[in-house]
Amino acid sequence: MSYQGKKNIPKITSDRLLIKGGRIVNDDQSFHADIYMEDGLIKQIGDNLIVPGGVKTIEANGKMVIPGGIDIHTHFQMPYRGTTTVDDFAQGSKAALAGGTTMIVDHVMPEPGASLIEAHDQWRQWADEKACCDYSLHVDITHWNDSVKQEVDNLIKEKGVNSFQVYMAYKDYYQMSNSELYEVFTFLAERGGIAQVHAENGEIIAEEQARMLQMGITGPEGHVLSRPEELEAEAVFRAITIASQTNCPLYVTRVMSKSAADIISQARKKGNVVFGEPITASLGTDGTHYWSKNWAKAASFVTSPPLSPDPTTPDYLNTLLSSGDLSVTGSAHCTFSVAQKAIGKDDFTQIPEGVNGVEERMALIWDKAVTTGKMDENMFVAVTSTNAAKILNLYPRKGRIAVGSDADLVIWDTDAIRTITAKTHNSAAEYNIFEGVELRGAPLVVICQGKIVLEDGNLHATSGVGRFIPCSPFPDFAYKRIKARKQLAVLRAVPRGMYDGPVSEFSMSRGGTPSASARTSPTKQPVRNLHQSGFSLAGPPTPDDIPIRPAGRRIVVPPGGRSNITSLS
Amino acid sequence: MSGYQGKKNIPRITSDRLLIKGAKIVNDDQSFCADIYMEDGVIKQIGENLIVPGGVKTIDAHGRMLMPGGIDVHTRFQMPDRGMTAADDFYQGTKAALAGGTTMIIDHVLPEPGTSLMSAFEQWREWADSKSCCDYSLHIDITEWHKGIQEEMETLVKDHGVNSFLVYLAYKDIFQLTDAQVYEVFSVIRDLGAIAQVHAENGDIVAEEQRRMLEQGITGPEGHVLSRPEEVEAEAVNRSVTVANQTNCPLYVTKVMSKSAADVIAQARKKGTVVYGEPITASLGTDGSHYWSKNWAKAAAYVTSPPLSPDPTTPDYLNSLLSCGDLQVTGSAHCPFNTAQRAVGKDDFSLIPEGVNGTEERMSIIWDKCVVTGKMDENQFVAVTSTNAAKIFNLYPRKGRIAVGSDADLVLWDPDVTKIISAKSHQSTVEYNIFEGTEVRGGPLVVISQGKIVLEDGNLHVTEGSGRYVVRKPFPDYVYKRIKARSRLAELRGVPRGLYDGPVCEVSVTPKTMTPASSAKTSPAKQPGQPIRNLHQSGFSLSGAQIDDNVPRRNTQRIVAPPGGRANITSLG
Repeated sequence: MSYQGKKNIPKITSDRLLIKGGRIVNDDQSFHADIYMEDGLIKQIGDNLIVPGGVKTIEANGKMVIPGGIDIHTHFQMPYRGTTTVDDFAQGSKAALAGGTTMIVDHVMPEPGASLIEAHDQWRQWADEKACCDYSLHVDITHWNDSVKQEVDNLIKEKGVNSFQVYMAYKDYYQMSNSELYEVFTFLAERGGIAQVHAENGEIIAEEQARMLQMGITGPEGHVLSRPEELEAEAVFRAITIASQTNCPLYVTRVMSKSAADIISQARKKGNVVFGEPITASLGTDGTHYWSKNWAKAASFVTSPPLSPDPTTPDYLNTLLSSGDLSVTGSAHCTFSVAQKAIGKDDFTQIPEGVNGVEERMALIWDKAVTTGKMDENMFVAVTSTNAAKILNLYPRKGRIAVGSDADLVIWDTDAIRTITAKTHNSAAEYNIFEGVELRGAPLVVICQGKIVLEDGNLHATSGVGRFIPCSPFPDFAYKRIKARKQLAVLRAVPRGMYDGPVSEFSMSRGGTPSASARTSPTKQPVRNLHQSGFSLAGPPTPDDIPIRPAGRRIVVPPGGRSNITSLS
Repeated sequence: MSGYQGKKNIPRITSDRLLIKGAKIVNDDQSFCADIYMEDGVIKQIGENLIVPGGVKTIDAHGRMLMPGGIDVHTRFQMPDRGMTAADDFYQGTKAALAGGTTMIIDHVLPEPGTSLMSAFEQWREWADSKSCCDYSLHIDITEWHKGIQEEMETLVKDHGVNSFLVYLAYKDIFQLTDAQVYEVFSVIRDLGAIAQVHAENGDIVAEEQRRMLEQGITGPEGHVLSRPEEVEAEAVNRSVTVANQTNCPLYVTKVMSKSAADVIAQARKKGTVVYGEPITASLGTDGSHYWSKNWAKAAAYVTSPPLSPDPTTPDYLNSLLSCGDLQVTGSAHCPFNTAQRAVGKDDFSLIPEGVNGTEERMSIIWDKCVVTGKMDENQFVAVTSTNAAKIFNLYPRKGRIAVGSDADLVLWDPDVTKIISAKSHQSTVEYNIFEGTEVRGGPLVVISQGKIVLEDGNLHVTEGSGRYVVRKPFPDYVYKRIKARSRLAELRGVPRGLYDGPVCEVSVTPKTMTPASSAKTSPAKQPGQPIRNLHQSGFSLSGAQIDDNVPRRNTQRIVAPPGGRANITSLG
């Protein structure tokens, strides 16, 4: 650290900053260059930059300079039954910055029945007051009707929200029916939004929860036993089917299990526009802790979908993240104190759900995926920052080191080794689910909005400086393909003449409903008038017309083609 | 072809005694040459140089294949639909079945929602007993769910020989059950030792798509297939597999119509799920391109659900999976309606009564598509047309096998005969045959049902009302051996822990489910009921005996091996 130029120049502000000798890492390439930023923006990149005198300079000494992380999934200050998660926007975003994340995207969670816009405004107020870094908001759709539809429209057009989450779990509460999902997805596809989904089959979970409690299983292990990973995979499969049907881009939040990840990667291979978001917890630990004899420890891992008890899961998810089958990472940071978790001490279904992870996310992925050689540093930037920016339509303002981009940067120390512990973490929670885990790789310097917020291990976060970053609809990253498909998907009816043959009588008029007369005697045959069952077409006959009983005409090539004799495809 | 042994003046020539000489007997496990003697509808002897009573009617097989009569596991004869009735009743339908080499059918009882399963079952019994020409059994469809239905299911299983129940994931607001209901039905079925059958299509999405098609002015039969894409079928199969795994209930997917649905079943089997897939004659023999026919009546004749796939490579694919054992049984879902009945939906495809023919064509189509092409041998043919069905539904070895003591339901099969399927010559009463013009190789030469010759020299001799109801016991070994083993393993136990007696945060509402408070709009400044965080006393103690967890909170102990193990550096597996 040194100051360039004469010391008496008075304009030394942290608004001007030069990073010298860094190795710039974007998602597509790495190269050596200096970076000069001013007023929170990157102004110049290159060698031998001409910069004003007296600018603060950081000597990177060849270390990597990466775009600041974007944690695409947080729940700071989330209200829960009259209490609030222990990390508010100040505490949460401070933890984010400490870990090298310079932007968070929080979920607005309106009460079912409450106005989405009011909830959104409330979250804006909370975040504007307290956030230490830039933020955006996803809005969760917890019920569906015409007024919600109006509000979604309004949020997209005027409030800078382009992503909405629906729940397939939490029966009788947030859960939506398949028809509602279809309608939400159809609407979002029209307006250019991203459909996010919390994928678990809530119906089956409710049944399983009741079964567990009946069997006397009331501890945190009941949480994972009642939410087996198959239920997650099933819901992912269903969500993909509906998204594909409605031609809507889909984003699966919290990919927690191998089977759910497999469904996403298969769907991508079939061409579905679907993105998967594993979280710090699923990439870094597993669900064996639900069986801990220490209730408070076991409860601290409670989140939904749960961590998989299969200990090979984190490695598997890191591999899919490295291969591009999973696209982005969040933390789903949503921390409760032990006393809050203890609301469910006698009934696991009452335990408030959520784990930490906003601070650990970057280092954990570096350790699990880059130091192991699964991915390179460019892919690391892609999954921790760039892809999120692209999906949210914030690219290249966020997620890239380029002239004109926001000056959210991290100088990354690939060799630093730290042990995660609740004693030193920035969250207010008493437990850290990664307690004792040793990680290689950490931020050395974090620059947010062009200001140094982490340096020499000291955090200088300022509450309330975080700006709301509006996300515009139709992000190219998702919608170029969607638009092309839409043009192709026009359906046409077959032009036929009117059928004017005999028509049977039937008892009900709608929806393929068998009548209430199922017990009608079979002797009461329908009007079958076989002698006049011929019919004629009112329209001009076409060559395709075939009489009802083709007179001896033989189809030599059977419909469906001959079976393939040589291959058992 | 057939002659009488011994003296002609012996008076006891009845068709109750029958000898087949020189046949190649084909079971699902092996083929061998032997004579076979049957009496009173049961196979009495198999072997060479049998000692049989004089004057017994003898058929000389000349080395042709003799196989167990086919079992069509899925028919809907005489099915009521909105005051109409499917065109083939139990007489016409079973006659068609016998003509094709099928000697037993299992029909679906479809109770109206709101009516009792028992009364529907009895109604179907009455219809079938008076008209059926071959043995039959009945599946029961569960079209609604409540406590009364559960009791009726118990009665049906225990006292009436039913061991299979079908639930619908489609037909929203009519037959469709929710996932939670399906879970409960499957749990009951597993306890009763029955088979859970499922009509797998996502009815919610189908309803949305139907509305969209009609809004776009697509009213013809092509709207039927457009509104029911195969993804929607595959999704429902996947969901029912999940629920079946969860409840440890054996699953049977009726009407596998698409490649993707079949793939889901094949994958699930590889993961160990007890699941069976039933392609039908239609999906094995034709495709959904006909929905676009300009001839409305022809297009409408193909309407069935799930629909035939427009992908013309589907039949070949399904035949391959049937051959390799990923799909196990075949039915016909025979439920044809005549053109005038179909025309109920002439202005709206969603009103077209659903169902296609196939009970007569089933055996020949599979022979032609699978055996002639070398996909399967004659033993596998017997397995998929008869034996597997008998095993799954607990009819084995009475049905589905040629063995001493088994029912004398046999088919002498001619692998070389060729036939062109046509509505002009079929047994069904409908004007259309969805396989019209298809040339198939292989067909029955002689059909024996209950020890009596019903087809010989191209002539059918069926007797209305001769079909018997065949009782099926619960817990078929073929299915339940594995289920039982898994039930024993699946016991869950809670973790023995002391009582948590640390601080507990107060909550404003205590609803049954996890309910965030209604105070979402509360000002953050107000912070009502801010959790009692008493951090200075947030330690806690455990009152119970603890084995391994004397670890204090925020200890300095470090876990050297992180949970989940170290990442595997060498393999990207």
